[in-house]
Amino acid sequence: MRALATIVCCSILLLGACQREKRDLRPSPTRVALFGDAARQSPLRPGGPVEPQPVVTNPYNGSSYAIAQGQRLFNWYNCAGCHSQGGGGIGPPLIKKAWIYGGEPENLFDTIVKGRPNGMPSWGGRIPEYQIWQIIAYVRSLNGEQPKSATPGRSDTIQTNPQTLKSRTSGATK
Amino acid sequence: MNWSGKRIITCIAALGILLLAGCGGHQQSVIDPGGPLAGRTAGLWWFFFWLLTAIFIAVLALTLWTLTRRHRGIEQESLEVTHLPSEQTESKLTRVVAVATIATVVILFILLIGSVVAGKANADLGSRAKNAMVIDLTGNQWWWQVRYDNPDPRRIVTTANEIHIPIGRPVEIMGRSNDVIHSFWVPNLQGKRDLIPSRVTTNWIEADRPGTFRGQCAEFCGLQHAHMVLWVIAEPEDKFEAWLNAQLRPSVSPTDSVKQRGQQVFLNHECIFCHSIRGTTAAGQVAPDLTHFGSRRGIGANTLPNTFGNLGGWIVDPQRVKPGNHMATVPINAADLQPLLEYLESLK
Repeated sequence: MRALATIVCCSILLLGACQREKRDLRPSPTRVALFGDAARQSPLRPGGPVEPQPVVTNPYNGSSYAIAQGQRLFNWYNCAGCHSQGGGGIGPPLIKKAWIYGGEPENLFDTIVKGRPNGMPSWGGRIPEYQIWQIIAYVRSLNGEQPKSATPGRSDTIQTNPQTLKSRTSGATK
Repeated sequence: MNWSGKRIITCIAALGILLLAGCGGHQQSVIDPGGPLAGRTAGLWWFFFWLLTAIFIAVLALTLWTLTRRHRGIEQESLEVTHLPSEQTESKLTRVVAVATIATVVILFILLIGSVVAGKANADLGSRAKNAMVIDLTGNQWWWQVRYDNPDPRRIVTTANEIHIPIGRPVEIMGRSNDVIHSFWVPNLQGKRDLIPSRVTTNWIEADRPGTFRGQCAEFCGLQHAHMVLWVIAEPEDKFEAWLNAQLRPSVSPTDSVKQRGQQVFLNHECIFCHSIRGTTAAGQVAPDLTHFGSRRGIGANTLPNTFGNLGGWIVDPQRVKPGNHMATVPINAADLQPLLEYLESLK
C-alpha cells in the first residue's frame, strides 16, 4: 500500500514538470493590440482614487521552449546589438532589477511594442506578438524571474572555440 | 500450403523483381552515381556486395552440406560417450580451420585496402582540382543556405536549398552551421560530411552527367530534420553560367499594380525582419534569400513544390506544414495574400 502511494506521489511530481516542456507550435497570429493603460507603471493616477490594475500574464511564463525561442529571437532581431547579451551597451542592461519603464511582463511588452525615447525602436506590428512574449520570457530569465525548473542549466548552443582556417584550397580563390 | 519447388522459385523471382525496382535511375541513391566520386564509392559498394554475396552463398552451401551429410557413428553411440576424433581427422580439421581463418583475414584486408584506396582517391580530388569552384553551404534549422564564393565580391551569389553545379567541374563545399550539427549528403554525388557550428568542414562534389540529385540532412538536427531537403542540379557549363548570371541580378521590379501591391505587402509586414530580397529594402539575414524565389523548386527547404497554392498555405500557416520551424506565423489580410503570392512567384 505504501509502495503504491509512493509511486502515485512520484508520478504526480513528475507530471508537474510537464509544463516547462509544453511547446506552443502553432501560436495564434492575431494581434491583441497594445495594452494602453494595462501596462501602467504605477497604480497612482492624478485626480482619482487608486485603481486596481488589470492583471496581464505572459502566456509563456515558465516554458523552457519559449525561453529558448526568445533567446534565439533576441539575437535574430538584433536586440543584442544594443543590449548585448543582457549586460547592455548602447542600450540599458537587462540583467537588473531596477527598470526605467517597469520590469513586469506587461511593462516589457509595452516597451517592446511602443519603443522608448532615446533609441529603443517600436516593434509593434513588426514582429508577431507571440514572439514578443517569447522574448519577454527570455529577458525575464536573465533576472531569475523565471522558475528555476524552466531555465536550462547550460546553453542550448554548442560551446566551441572558433576555428582558424588553415587554407582555402580551391581554385576559385587562387 | 504446399511449398512445391515451382512455387518457391516463383516467390524468389517476384522478390527479385521487387528488389530490382530499387536499382533504376534514382535521385537519391548511392548505387546510381552521377559523378566520379560517387562512381568510386558505388564501385566499392558493388565490390563489397559481390564478394560478400559469394562468401555468404559459400557459407550457406557448406552449412547445408554438413547438415545433409550422414555422420558416421552418430546413431551407434549414445550422447554421453565422449566422441574423440581420430588423430587423422583432428589434423584435417585443424588444417581446415586454419585455412578458413587465413582466408577470412586476407578477405578482410582486401576489403580494407579497397576502402582506403577509394577513400583516398576521393579525398585527393582537392589537390588535383584545377578549375574548382567554391560553395559555402550553411546548415540552419531547417534549411540550407548556399553561397557561391568568388574573389570578386560583386559576383557572390546567395540562394537557398538548391545547388546548381556545372558538369565536369569539381566543387568544394565549405560546410558551416548556424545552430546545431547538420550533415550534407547527396548520395548520387559523394559521401557524407557533417556541418559543425563554429567549424568549417570541406567536402568535394563533382557531376559528370546532367541530372537532379536529392540530398537530405543526414544528422538528426531537431523537430524538422526530415524536412531539410536540398537539390543539386547538375547542368552543362553554359546553362550553369546563364543561371549564375540570372541569380546575380537584383530582383525584378514589379510593373503591374497587383505585384506592386504585393511588394508593398511584403515590405510592410514581418517578412523583412528575416528575409532579404535584393533590390528592395528587405535585408533580413536569418532566413532564405528570396531574391529569385520564383525560380526555385520548393518551399520550406523543399517540403512542398513551389506552387501558388502551396505558397499561400505556407505563408498563412507555416506551422501546420512544418511544425516547429522558425518561420513566424504572420497575420496577413485575405485581400493582401493574392498580391503577395503574385509578387513572390514573379521573382524569377
